[in-house]
Amino acid sequence: MPNNSSHLPFVGAFDAARPGLPGAGLSWLKDFRETGIERFNALGLPSSKIEAWKYTRLKPLEDTDFQPVTDDDGMAALDTVPSLLPNPGGRPRLVFVNGRMRPNFWIEGDLPDGVHLDCLRDVLTRNPDWAEAHLGAIAGDEAMPLMQLNKAMMDTGFVLRVDDGVEIEQPIEVVFIGGLTDRPVAYFPRNLIKLGKNAKATVVKHHFGQGVGAYFANAVTEIDIGEGATFNHYTVQAESRDATHLSTTHVRVAKDATYESFNLAVGGRLSRNEVSVRLEGEGGHCGLNGAYLMRGREHCDNTTVIEHLAPHTSSREVFKGVLNDESRGVFQGRIVVHKNAQKTDGHQLCKTLLLNTGAEIDAKPELEIYADDVKCSHGATTGQMDETALFYLRSRGVPEALARNLLVQSFLGEALEEIKQDDIRQALTDKVVHWLPAACFLSEEWRDA
Amino acid sequence: MLEIKNLHVSVEGKEILKGLDLSVGPGEIHAIMGPNGSGKSTLSHVIAGRDGYEITGGRIIFQGEDLTGLEPEIRAAKGIFLAFQYPVEIPGVPNTTFLKEALNAIRRYRGEDELDAMQFVKMMREKTKELGISDDMLKRAVNVGFSGGEKKRNEILQMAVLNPVLAVLDETDSGLDIDALKVVAEGVNKLRSPDRTTLMITHYQRLLDYIVPDKVHVLAHGKIQRTGGKELALELEEKGYAEFGEAAA
Repeated sequence: MPNNSSHLPFVGAFDAARPGLPGAGLSWLKDFRETGIERFNALGLPSSKIEAWKYTRLKPLEDTDFQPVTDDDGMAALDTVPSLLPNPGGRPRLVFVNGRMRPNFWIEGDLPDGVHLDCLRDVLTRNPDWAEAHLGAIAGDEAMPLMQLNKAMMDTGFVLRVDDGVEIEQPIEVVFIGGLTDRPVAYFPRNLIKLGKNAKATVVKHHFGQGVGAYFANAVTEIDIGEGATFNHYTVQAESRDATHLSTTHVRVAKDATYESFNLAVGGRLSRNEVSVRLEGEGGHCGLNGAYLMRGREHCDNTTVIEHLAPHTSSREVFKGVLNDESRGVFQGRIVVHKNAQKTDGHQLCKTLLLNTGAEIDAKPELEIYADDVKCSHGATTGQMDETALFYLRSRGVPEALARNLLVQSFLGEALEEIKQDDIRQALTDKVVHWLPAACFLSEEWRDA
Repeated sequence: MLEIKNLHVSVEGKEILKGLDLSVGPGEIHAIMGPNGSGKSTLSHVIAGRDGYEITGGRIIFQGEDLTGLEPEIRAAKGIFLAFQYPVEIPGVPNTTFLKEALNAIRRYRGEDELDAMQFVKMMREKTKELGISDDMLKRAVNVGFSGGEKKRNEILQMAVLNPVLAVLDETDSGLDIDALKVVAEGVNKLRSPDRTTLMITHYQRLLDYIVPDKVHVLAHGKIQRTGGKELALELEEKGYAEFGEAAA
């Protein structure tokens, strides 16, 4: 049953917000947005009756009156840019604050010819035909309410185009900063990434929250990886403690192309990382990995679908979660091997470490195989900290708090090892270490358990 | 040095040690022998302070101080070391990182300056050379992919680095072939010192061929049943533990 529109967030605000949204003069975009809001209105917010949303309820969206961001929100004062990567050589970097691109923090960097990095707003102004041809081309699922909401409201984001044969060695960093507003705001990044044949690029996205108070980020990222191309995609979700972060990523992987990704979530009151990868060409590969560390009453959902649509495709998925206090994790990982996708090689692993008896994980690995000559495996485990290992470390003089930290790091190591670039792995490891201290002092109750 | 008086220990409500008395002097090496299930490992764990071992009676006095209630890391800082029967694998944590954290934590506790990276590396080189251990073992993750012999050698290396006053070796010989056993025993012998007391816990006599104890105690039914010189071990080898009410191993 569709919800009554008056209860749905943003539906009422849509008309008022529309003139300020990027590309307001484009008639095709007007239609595009209208279709989005109509579909969203018809679908309503996802409810637990929908299988994919069984474990995650979007309560903050029901309870909080989020307002679209304004230009003023985007000009919030910023002392420093929370870059993940050291930037000695002027690595390319884009910075958005509450959805507004901040030109003074933009580092154009040393991008080779054939690489086009812009914010969505500029592309809609300067290259609307390209935008029309590509918006929604990869992420067009009409059954997904949040994607439809983003379709209507998208107000920010970046576009990366890499021409055939062009390789970028430097990672491109994109920083999205949320918070620092006097009321709950929402922003809607739409990112488009398109790699031509045999191109190569790396993007590191950092979603970072500052200040206190609720905000809502609803991002959609469309990634099209051409034949023989490689795209490395790293995301750190470090939103602030009252934030809601919902991210949907759709990826198309062509023949002999590779998609490598790692999603590290360390923040947000409620977050969902939903990824759908289609391995459409023979020899396509995807590495879909991640880790999440939650505390308090945080809720983190990783929902992934990998579709093997062609022969000789391979996928590897490792997700590790660390849950403290009364936090909650959800992992739904589906691998679909279509009928003609013979010789598919698919491996999935989901492991969770519960640091507290109040924490909870719902893990649902699924394999759907319609081909008969494939190699697929999956596994999901949940455990507590190994008391023998803890005693081993402590018996050597390592204080309990540090011993717990080392064991959490040890646990996450298996996932972080999937990151092949040393500096990025180190940056994400630092984020993990930064999360740790509070986690290790918890634990009278734990020790008694 | 180590005085254990009328020690009663329960694990999950079941009494394992039932009034154990033991006295070990400074610099001495004592062997605790006994059949399976006699409480040998419980004794080693309770000395090192493992959670879940409840002392229901008696005391463990180490250098004049009652250890009851002290955390394992505090005991380590005070100079107690337990070589594990089954050393634990810790993926992703390099052996050197682990040892440096451990040593510096102990040094902090003792009010000594921490070793910086250079000093630590220098010290590690000396220790590995002294024990004939390859540096390669230091770079690898703690015990991950180590053979049984390597794991036990790693225990001895840790002992050399942490330089304990009391070393408890829990079934150090288990799972080792004779060559590996000799290597490990050689390490222990190199670390023999008038300042170090060693408690060897073992089921079999063969370890005592290589590390000769000052005294041998027989532990059965949660108590020391007999104490003698090294010849007692040979007697046990011959007769088994039948005399103590257990089937020979």
